[in-house]
Parts: sequence; C-alpha cells; structure tokens
Amino acid sequence: MITYALLFAFACFGAGLLFNLWRIAVGPDVADRILALDTMVINAIALMVLYGIWRGTAVYFEASLLIAMVGFISTVAYCRFVLRGDIIE
Amino acid sequence: MTEGGGFLPIIAMLPFLGALLPGLMIRAGRNVCAVTTAMPTILALVMLAILAPSVFSGEVIEAEIAWLPALGLKASFFLDGLGLLFAGMILGVGLLITLYARFYLAGEDPMGVFYTYLLLFQGAMLGIVISDNILLLLIFWELTSLSSFLLIGYWKHLPEGRQGARMALAVTGGGGLAMIGGMLILGNIAGSYELTEILAETEAIQASDWYLPALILILLGTFTKSAQFPFHFWLPHAMAAPTPVSAYLHSATMVKAGVFLMARLWPVLAGTDAWFYIVATTGLVTMVIGALIALFKDDLKALLAFSTVSHLGLLTMLLGFGTPVAAGVAVFHIINHLTFKASLFMCAGIVDHEAHTRDIKRLGGLASLMPVTFAISTVAALSMAGIPLFNGFLSKELMLEEAAHTTWAGNPQIVGIVATIGALLSVAYSFRFVAHVFLGPVRDDYPHKPHDPPFGMYAAPALLAVLVVLIGVFPAATVEPLVNLTAGAVTGQEMHMHLKLWHGVTPALFMSVIAVVGGAILLGLHRPLDRLWIAMPRPEAKVIFDWIVRQAATVSGRIAEGTHNGAISRYLAIFTAATVVLGYLAWAGGGMAPATREMLPIPPVVGVGWVMLLGATLAVVVMHRNRFRALVLIGIIGLMISAGFVYMSAPDLALTQISVETVTIILLLLALHFMPKETPRESGPALRLRDAVIALGAGGGVAMLTYAFLRRDFSTISDFHLENSYSGGGGTNVVNVILVDFRGYDTFGEIIVLGIAGLTIYALMEALLAGPASRRLRNWDFSRDRSRDRHPLMMVVATRVMMPIAAVVGLYIFLRGHNQPGGGFVAGLVISIALLMQYMASGFAWTQGRQRIEYHSMIGSGVVIAGLTGVGAWFAGQPFLTSAFGYVHLPPIEEFELATAALFDLGVFLAVLGAVMLTLYSLSRIARYAGETVNIGPMDYDPSQPPEEMAREEAERREEEG
Repeated sequence: MITYALLFAFACFGAGLLFNLWRIAVGPDVADRILALDTMVINAIALMVLYGIWRGTAVYFEASLLIAMVGFISTVAYCRFVLRGDIIE
Repeated sequence: MTEGGGFLPIIAMLPFLGALLPGLMIRAGRNVCAVTTAMPTILALVMLAILAPSVFSGEVIEAEIAWLPALGLKASFFLDGLGLLFAGMILGVGLLITLYARFYLAGEDPMGVFYTYLLLFQGAMLGIVISDNILLLLIFWELTSLSSFLLIGYWKHLPEGRQGARMALAVTGGGGLAMIGGMLILGNIAGSYELTEILAETEAIQASDWYLPALILILLGTFTKSAQFPFHFWLPHAMAAPTPVSAYLHSATMVKAGVFLMARLWPVLAGTDAWFYIVATTGLVTMVIGALIALFKDDLKALLAFSTVSHLGLLTMLLGFGTPVAAGVAVFHIINHLTFKASLFMCAGIVDHEAHTRDIKRLGGLASLMPVTFAISTVAALSMAGIPLFNGFLSKELMLEEAAHTTWAGNPQIVGIVATIGALLSVAYSFRFVAHVFLGPVRDDYPHKPHDPPFGMYAAPALLAVLVVLIGVFPAATVEPLVNLTAGAVTGQEMHMHLKLWHGVTPALFMSVIAVVGGAILLGLHRPLDRLWIAMPRPEAKVIFDWIVRQAATVSGRIAEGTHNGAISRYLAIFTAATVVLGYLAWAGGGMAPATREMLPIPPVVGVGWVMLLGATLAVVVMHRNRFRALVLIGIIGLMISAGFVYMSAPDLALTQISVETVTIILLLLALHFMPKETPRESGPALRLRDAVIALGAGGGVAMLTYAFLRRDFSTISDFHLENSYSGGGGTNVVNVILVDFRGYDTFGEIIVLGIAGLTIYALMEALLAGPASRRLRNWDFSRDRSRDRHPLMMVVATRVMMPIAAVVGLYIFLRGHNQPGGGFVAGLVISIALLMQYMASGFAWTQGRQRIEYHSMIGSGVVIAGLTGVGAWFAGQPFLTSAFGYVHLPPIEEFELATAALFDLGVFLAVLGAVMLTLYSLSRIARYAGETVNIGPMDYDPSQPPEEMAREEAERREEEG
C-alpha cells in the first residue's frame, strides 16, 4: 500500500516541480518567480523525504532537514533585494 | 669526497659570503672596504694553494653534497688541472683587480656596491670552473651573466653602460638558454649529470644521434659567452663598464668561461668533423675579423676589446683543431693572454684616468710624461704582438705551427695563411697601441695633464708585466708544469709539451716574421687606411641588435596582444575550443573500448529533475541579460544538482552544494545591488554565433564524455579510497577522509587559496573605495521605490531563533564529519549562513558591533592550525600531514575516536568561515560609502523597549537620513 502512496506522492510533487518551473519561466512578476523558487525548494525537500521512505534509510531526512534550514535564506535574500536593494544594510 | 675535498664547497661559497661585507665595510673607509674584499679571495687562494700539490701529483679532488638527488642535481665539485688553472686565474686576477679598483674608482662611485658585485661575479666564475655537476654549472653560468650585467651597468648614469649591460645580458643569457638545452641532452646521453662521468662517455656521446644538437646548443652558449663571431658585438659595448670590470671580465674571466667550457668538454665533443668545422672555422673568422676591427678603433678600450675578441677566436680555433697539442697550446695561450691583456686593460684605464680621454687620436707622446705606464704597456703590447722574449711570442709561434699543419676542406694552406693574416693584424694594432699613444711628440691639448699614477694603481699591471717577461724568457721553468698538467686535464691524456724560445727554422718562424714585418708596414700605412675604413660602409652591430630586439618586441607584442587582449571571453573561447579539439582528437584516435554497461530505465521523478535542469539552463541562456532573473534561475540549477547528489547517495555533496549555493546567491545579490541590473549587449551577431558554437561544442563534448564513461567499466582510484578509508584514515566517511587525509595536501593548499581570495576581495574593496569609485558611490541614486520595512520584526525574531539551532547543526556536522556525512567545510558554510542571516535581518552595524573575532585572524588561525597539524606529523617521524587516530573510552560516554584529521578539519572550518564572512563584510561595506545610514537597534520596531525611547531613536534616524 505504502508503495502506491509513495508513487502517487512522487507524481504529485514531480508535477509540482514542473509547474514551479513554468511559473519561474513565464513570471510575469519577480515576486512570482521568487515564490515559485521557494515552493520548488519545498517540493524538492518533499521528494527527498519520500525517497528516504522508499529506500528505507534516514540519511536523506538529514539532508532534507539541512536544506530546509538554509533553503529559505536565499528566498529571504531575493526578497530583500527586491524590496530594499541592499540585502545587508 | 676525496681528501681535501671539503675545501671545494668552501672555496665556492667564500666569494658569495664575502659579498655581504663590502657594502657594510665601506662605512669604515675605502681602504678597509678593499681589504675586506680581498680577504675571501686571499682565503680561497690559500686553500687552493693547499690543494695544488695533490692536483699536481695527478689527483682529482672531489666533493659532493646531496641537494636534489631526485633531479640528478648535486652540489658536487671537483678540482683537476684545468679547474686549478682557472680558479687560480680568477682569484689571482680578482685580487689584483681589487687593488687596482681601490685606486681607480672615483670618490663619488659607490665602492661598496662595486666590490659586492665583483665578489658575486668572482663566486659565479669560481663555481663554473670547479663544478662537477653540470646542472650546478649551469646555475653558476647564469649567475655570471647576471652579475656581469650588474658590473657592466655599474655606472648607472651612463646610457651606454645600461645599454651595454642589457646587450651583454641578452646575448650571453640567450646563449645560456641554448646551453641549458645542450647540457640536458648531453647528460641524457651520458646517463649522468656529473662531468667526471660524462667525460668518460666519449664514444657513447659521439655515436649518439643527439650529438649534433647537443654540440650546437652548447656551442651557442660558449660562443655567445666568449664573444665569437657573429656574437662578438656585445663585448665592445660592455666596455662602457669601469676599467677594472673590463680588465677582469674580458681578460681573465667572463669571456674565458666559454673557452673554459669548450676545453672542459673537449674530450667528449672534440675530434669530430662537425666540431672541427664549426669551432675551428668560427675561431679563425673571429680571430681575423676581431683583429681587423681592432686596428681601426680609436677608443683604447674598444681596441683592446676587439683584440680580446680576436684572441678568443684564436683560442677557439686551437681547441677546434681537435689535436691534443693544439689544445695544449690553447691552454698556454690562455695564461699568456691573461697576463698581457689584463695588464693592457689596466694601462688603458690609467691613461684614461690620467689624461681623461681614451681616444687614440687625441693622445700620443705620453712616453715621457708617463714613463712607468709606458714601460708596462710596451712590454704587454709587445707580448700581444708576439715579439720574442715575451710570452705572447711563444704561444703565437706554437699556434702558427699548428695552423700550418691543419688541412681545411682538403686545402692544406688556407688555415696557415688566414692565421698569419690574423697575426699580422694583431701585430699592427699592438704596435699602434704603443706608437700612437706613447710615442710621437708631446702634445699640449690633452684634456688633462697626464702623469704617472700612484704606485697602488700601477702595481697590478706591473706585476703582470713582470710575469710576461718571466714566462717569455723562462717558459720551461715557470709555466711548463702547469701547462702540461692543465693540458692533460683538458685532453684526458699525459701531455709532455716542451716550451722553449728557439724552435729552429720552422714554417711558424717564417709566418711570424711575415706577421711582424707586415704589421709594421700596415701601421705605417694606417693614416690612409683609416680614411678608407671610415669611408667604407660597414654593418653597425648595435643598430642591427637594436633592430632585432625591436622586431622581437613587436612580434611578441602582437602575439601577446592577439591572445592576451584582456578580454576573458577570448581566453575562455581559446581555452574551451582547444580543449574540445583535443578531446575530439583523443576520441578520433580510437582506443575506446566498446560500451559494456546496459542502459538503465529512467525513473519518472528523475526525469522531472532532468527536465528542470534542462529547462532552467535554457531559461538562463534566454534571460541572462536580466541579471536578477538569471540569479533566480541559477537557484533552480543549484537545487536540482543538490537533489541529484542526494539521489546518487552523496549527501555530503548535497549539503555542501546547497550551502555553497546559498552563500553564493547572497554574495552575488550584495554585489548586484551596485551593478547594472541588465547586461548590455556588447558583441555583434558573428561573435555571438562563434560563442554559441563553442558553447554547444564544449557542452556536447562534456555530455558525450560523461556518457562514454557511464557506459563503460573502468577502475578508478575510488576503489583504493574505499578500501583504505577506515584502515588508513580512521574514518568511514570516505569523502571526508579524502579531504583531510588522502588529499590533505590539496585541501591545505585550497584553504590557503580560499583565505587569499577572501583577503584579496577585502584589499581590492579597500583600494576601490579609496579611489574615484567612492565619489561615484556618494552620488548614487537611490530613487527606486523602496519598502520602508528595513529590519522587519518577524525576520529578526526568526533569525535569532534559528541562530543557535544552526550553530548546533554546524557543530554536529563538524564533529561527526569523519565518519558520517559532514566535515569542516560544510560546517563552516552552515555557521556562516547562520551569521549571514543576522546581518540580513538586523543590518550590518548592529551585527558587526557584536562580532568579537576579526575575520582576517580567523582565516589566519585556520591556516595555521591546519599547517601545525601537518607539521605535528614530523614529530612522529612521519611526512607532512600524515594523520594519526586512536579510540578513547571515557566511562560515562561511548567509546569515541580522536583523530588529528579532526584538528586539520578545524583549520578548514575556520578558514572557510573567515573567508566567507570577510567577503560578505567587504561587499556590504560598499553601502556605507554610498551614504546609507546604519541602524543602532536590532529591528525597526522593538516591542521590548519602551515606546518613548523607540520614538526618540526613530527621530534620530530620520534626522540622519535627512
């Protein structure tokens, strides 16, 4: 059963990634692109976790945790750039 | 090392050590300085004298100090007859020159500098003549070129001095380059770089296909050094040097180095047709041309310079004959030439010093004014002319005898005739030196009223003149043993030459008579001949040389500007295209095994990742002119590569990649703030097409290469790493063990590079902000519509919460790095990201105010810790960076491992953290210069502070922002 659930989840998040890509490519706004990139990071983390479940190992969880910890920093940086220009004032 | 061999390295080192002193001792006065200079020379002479008896008894004294044995480079010295003669000449004349220079140099000339150069040169020359290892010899050879450059250009204020020095360096240095090639070939054929061993390999060397290239290259070196035609032109121009330098370099030492080397290698190189025709012919031509030009030179020193060229040609010719007797005559003439030529140079210097001119046409009649100088000059000049009772006569007779018996291309007379012409011209210019300078009526238009110099100045030439006569009258009693010993060392066989005044009626006697009579007649005709010479067009060597230099500079400039025009796009295009072509050639060369691996199915999720990568890459290409958008797209690529690493079971790399990605984005955004947001279109369609083709070729090539590798089984070094990681490095995380142990040396280099990069960015920014850029920044236009939310409360609080978590994660990753995914590099990045967050949230000033450790020192201590860890291995008797590890069990906690690699990793951690933070610090400093204000508080609205204080701060800030 878990196999099917995993396959379904893979398909969803994979499709999600592709939609993110589409959003980043067409925009139209900078904010759309940044948001899409942030979502993409989240989707990628999800895929890694799923892959960890699939393979039955904990190593991927750690990697995904770390990506989660630092992944949002670039989003913040992009946003600060758009809002204030200088990201470290 | 044979008995007494210990002296040899000391003899070689003494002048170099001594060179340190004159510069200091000049403060104690000129006499003290000169005496100090003489001391190392005298010491070396004494040591040489101690060794001389053993050398005379046929021993070869050897000494060896291992230096770089892996390269065949040993500091090995040996002293045989030839070395003894030359070392004695170099030191002996060096001593005389030291004395002479003391009186010659004027008060305003920096004497300490002069003596330092002189000793450096003397050391280099000594090194050449007693080196056993030819690589060592080459080093000394180059040193003579360099130190003679300094000596020739000693009078820096004279343009002729500088140009002459440059020319000498260019010619002798160029020849030295050729000689390096020749010597390496020679060493390769002989299988050894030791002269003593090479000299025993005559047959192997002469039979080798590489004999001729080696011969030509070595001869290029010796011919340039010994000023043989057509490289003779540098020597007269080097006469711009002070006379002591000319006397030393051009009579006894520098120019004799080439002759020395030809004599040294005589046993292995001489005796072939190639040797005879190249060396003997060059020598013959040089002898005649040098003598001819000398006859028409009005500058005393130029006359002597060309005479030196001529005599060097004579020596070269004798060595070129290839017969042992001719080589013996060459040795004899080396001694004779030294005595009369050094003496003549010094006399020319005295005349110049006293009469303030060296122009023969302005001199004449000095005999009564300077009787002592006249006497010395006459003795030396008569010897140079080859008049009986003077030593020049003996060697010239022997030379003519040899020339008369030499057949050149089937013609038995030609060498004898040409040699006689050379001798005739030589007589003419020697007589002219005496007749036109000292004889004739006393004039009253000398630039300065001449008189004999003080004793100290003429002591040295006088001593040499005495030698001229002594050797000339009693050759058998004075120099015969030395000549036989040296000739034996040159030819490698016992020599029994008998030097005597009267040889009976031989062809040489007739040739001598012709030469003397003809020379006298020629001198009588000098005036009309001189007018003819001046009217005749002749090639001016300096003009040609300058033209060649200019052309070479133009051509290299064109090449350099064509390939190095400063546009990185061109460098990359050349580099990439060349790589692709090489890759293609390697592939087209065949030798590729057929594919052995099956294609794997593509899982859909991986397919999605692939589409993402490709899509993002294409999007970057399309949108790259909008820089911010390109940065966002690059974020996708980084994320996908990290995901790929995770999928390929490389969590380490994924961690590193994602951290690097984040730091990169932040730094790029920081820089982008001050840069145009759009990349302008700079290249035309043709150039863009070229770039597109190159890019596609390179990308396609790499893809094909990867595909080819993935389809084939091959063994890599990875297997070794996997097997030895735990047993050798004590860690189960292979990646980390590779970084800190197997390839620790690389990592050490890399963190140093990283640290330097960080410091360079800091330094560049410092220089940039001190320049015009800071004025431009002050006028920066910030009119863009900005959010008023400068330091949002939400973000500040979130980053504060994240800070300890991130720090703990960093520590955790660092500690477990040796056995589990992680390590110092990732940990450094994680911590720096944690700090970066604070900078972003609360601003530069607030965060910087809380930073206790300078980032510079963090880089430094990182490198030092890593280095010390490496050095620590030495104390255990292991090579640099050998790691050690052990397991420790402390009761309350589990058994754990302690490895020196962890300490090394700490260094990596600190260096990475320092470099990243320093770069960030440097980039964000720009904003200060752009007139941005800084905040004192951590956030825009701080609920923990009383409202009235906040309002006051807010008011202050608004005031500042104006």
